[in-house]
Amino acid sequence: MDKKTDRFTRTPMREQKPDVRKHNFDEVPCGYSEEEAVREATRCLQCKHAPCINGCPVHIKIPEFLKLIEEKKYSDAAQKIKEDNALPAVCGRVCPQEIQCELKCVLHGKGAPIAIGNLERFAADWQREHQQAPLERCAIKKNGKKVAIVGSGPSGLTVADELIRAGFEVTIFEALHVAGGVLMYGIPEFRLPKRIMQEEIHHLELLGVKIETNFVVGKTAELDDLFSDEYGFDAIYIGSGAGLPVFMGIPGENSVGVYSANEYLTRSNLMGAYKQNATTPISHGKHVVVVGGGNVAMDAARTALRLGAEHSVIIYRRSEVEMPARDEDVQHAKEEGVEFHCLCNPVAILSDAKGVVTGIRSSRMELGELDDSGRARPVAIKDSEFEIACDVVIIAIGNHPNPLIPQTAPDIDISSRGTIIVDETTGRTSKKYVYAGGDIVTGSATVILAMGAGKIAAKSMIEDLL
Amino acid sequence: MHTILKKERLNELVWRYRIAAPKIAKKRQAGQFVIVRVESDGERVPLTIADADASAGWIELIVQAVGHTTTKMSQLNEGDVILDLMGPLGHPTEIKKYGRCLCIGGGVGVAALYSIASALKAAENEVTTIVGARNQNLLLLETELEKVSDRLLIATDDGSKGQHGFVSDVFKKLQAQGEHFDFAIIVGPVMMMKVTSDLTVAAGIKTLVSLNPIMIDGTGMCGGCRVCVNNEIKFACVDGPEFDASGVDWDTVMQRLNAYHDVEKKHQCKLNGLPHDG
Ligand SMILES: Cc1cc2nc3c(=O)[nH]c(=O)nc-3n(C[C@H](O)[C@H](O)[C@H](O)COP(=O)(O)OP(=O)(O)OC[C@H]3O[C@@H](n4cnc5c(N)ncnc54)[C@H](O)[C@@H]3O)c2cc1C
Ligand SMILES: Cc1cc2nc3c(=O)[nH]c(=O)nc-3n(C[C@H](O)[C@H](O)[C@H](O)COP(=O)(O)OP(=O)(O)OC[C@H]3O[C@@H](n4cnc5c(N)ncnc54)[C@H](O)[C@@H]3O)c2cc1C
Ligand code: SF4
Ligand code: SF4
Ligand code: FES
Repeated sequence: MDKKTDRFTRTPMREQKPDVRKHNFDEVPCGYSEEEAVREATRCLQCKHAPCINGCPVHIKIPEFLKLIEEKKYSDAAQKIKEDNALPAVCGRVCPQEIQCELKCVLHGKGAPIAIGNLERFAADWQREHQQAPLERCAIKKNGKKVAIVGSGPSGLTVADELIRAGFEVTIFEALHVAGGVLMYGIPEFRLPKRIMQEEIHHLELLGVKIETNFVVGKTAELDDLFSDEYGFDAIYIGSGAGLPVFMGIPGENSVGVYSANEYLTRSNLMGAYKQNATTPISHGKHVVVVGGGNVAMDAARTALRLGAEHSVIIYRRSEVEMPARDEDVQHAKEEGVEFHCLCNPVAILSDAKGVVTGIRSSRMELGELDDSGRARPVAIKDSEFEIACDVVIIAIGNHPNPLIPQTAPDIDISSRGTIIVDETTGRTSKKYVYAGGDIVTGSATVILAMGAGKIAAKSMIEDLL
Repeated sequence: MHTILKKERLNELVWRYRIAAPKIAKKRQAGQFVIVRVESDGERVPLTIADADASAGWIELIVQAVGHTTTKMSQLNEGDVILDLMGPLGHPTEIKKYGRCLCIGGGVGVAALYSIASALKAAENEVTTIVGARNQNLLLLETELEKVSDRLLIATDDGSKGQHGFVSDVFKKLQAQGEHFDFAIIVGPVMMMKVTSDLTVAAGIKTLVSLNPIMIDGTGMCGGCRVCVNNEIKFACVDGPEFDASGVDWDTVMQRLNAYHDVEKKHQCKLNGLPHDG
């Protein structure tokens, strides 16, 4: 490589063209070829102090795995990542890299930071496509302890991965009929192919993790039942996520055609409503308005286009700078034709005599003083209300913690926000031998933070039980 | 494996299934439901647990074929396996000694009614049950209800059995006779629950209704089952399905149930299924 000219330029990843991809559910970025991956990895300066590692919540040994890619040892690169992260194919795709690892890369500012996420994805995909899953199972020595994991999202899967390798007998209990949590029912196929999740989960099963779907902890069995002789578990990890959708509390919100993003995305992803022959109904709105500015909102707006909407509009109450969604997803949404109305806040959803949605009324906002979160508080501008005609409204303004465990386990301390309180450094809850992490503890956050919390809890579970 | 142990046709559109489900049988209490899926990529539909035997490890469901999934389910036979069965969900009915109880129901709502009436009876209440149907042939669980009620009153729209008219008419008659009740539970078609609970609430009776909005996950995740109670949004799957009737906003309950009416009708044709019942 001609280092002088290429050092600062990122190797772009090929993508489906916007006008093609907005009509299909196939993945948008196509992945690196080996040649592209090596070229990008070679840009890395192999910094001694590697600031990039501090940007990653699970401290992946970034320069080391980049070096292995440069040396074309792709499988070794994947193994190196897996020492710290059980789901690299997922994180490579969905981490907000621009505010984590890539933000800290020394090349940032002088040129483009190394495409760490893209390369992580490349290594994981390469290993999955070229190699049988390594069967480490026989090598694991059992320690005789049994652990139950509640919820099969990234947090629960991480704990399962760590503990099965440490010799525990591990069972994951999942309420829904498939494992994977938000990665299966929330994040759409065009961003994270479900096949990848299923293979990752299958890999855990090969290692010996048992997964019981359709099992609602708190209902099918309570936490204390799991400790009883009937089930015989020695410890429990709760990774039940942030499920409960928040609504705005404005008039018209119960009209027909108003969805929470969770419902809309679940109907599409989990129930396969996007497939031609699926039986799950979904409103194929022609004019869809999505309220919110996070990943969830982007996913809903882009799914709407793929389900045939002519217009897909995002209404967000702050300005684009404050949007919490990943940059790449905002970019992709724009390219696909999603319209953005920033600094707008809905005040009412309009409906016809039968209660079917016909539009949404919003006021325009301006940014005022900083609020508790350090972001400028949006304030309504007087007499600025306007209407947008639409037949579907999707609310994507956030999720509260899943209420099932708090409802059924009164002996676990819960915060006023409904999250489970844990000791952050150990993942321990107020109940002995019960641990928790992920969105149920932090409120809606990210995949990698949920995984990081899982690792911390797994470590203290090993300490406490062995 | 949730194997169908027994299938029995109760009327033209309604079947009773006994299904192996030991864990659910052990935990379930009156008023709770399960979510069922019978085909891959299919819908998840909520069904009340009508009865259960913890030691034998089965539950009973009563299913009315109204649309795609319930019709598919009605085509399953003894020995077949239910693909997915999850539960028991929802808060159980608060069972205690109320005194004189009214259990009012119609349609497949009697599935829930039967389990609740048995529990109230076991808690030493005096149970008056009123059930309604369009005609005599559509009455469900008459013998079973008879057994767990101190008295069973029947109303049919066409007068083919019991009182000619609706369950609300039967209640009015009891009221006219000067009868008092301490507690009422009403389960059935939305219109029936609205009209009847308006009467019982006005009569000062503490009244619960079991709402049956469209559900998907049943874990509080999707918000599809939201209902407006006392001007607050509640999720029927985790906050209900029973609510105090005095606070229920019936208009939105009815509105939201019709959300998928048109789409469902299309599926129904594709299936060549049974005619839509009401
Ligand atoms: C649409 C959408 C897009 C997102 N995009 C991104 C992104 O691009 N990047 C990113 O980093 N993050 C993203 N997030 C956030 C991220 O998905 C979550 O932070 C993460 O999944 C949390 O993981 P978790 O393991 O804590 O919980 P979850 O993934 O929520 O999994 C919890 C699981 O527990 C199950 N469960 C709940 N209660 C029980 C019970 N009582 N018994 C049994 N099982 C139970 C649930 O069914 C679920 O499967 C997105 C979220 C959504 C909704
Ligand atoms: C807590 C609860 C308990 C229930 N218990 C029973 C039971 O014990 N036995 C039983 O037969 N049914 C019960 N239901 C209703 C049952 O879930 C619906 O009939 C079923 O979901 C319809 O699915 P489908 O695919 O066959 O019909 P679809 O094709 O989905 O719909 C057919 C028609 O039914 C309407 N519909 C859809 N969902 C519902 C619903 N939840 N309630 C009323 N109408 C609906 C649709 O608008 C459409 O007009 C219960 C519902 C709830 C929420
Ligand atoms: S896991 Fe996420 S933050 Fe960590 S290196 Fe990979 S992409 Fe970056
Ligand atoms: S900071 Fe950037 S250049 Fe330095 S080691 Fe990390 S990825 Fe490579
Ligand atoms: S069914 Fe989804 S929240 Fe109740």
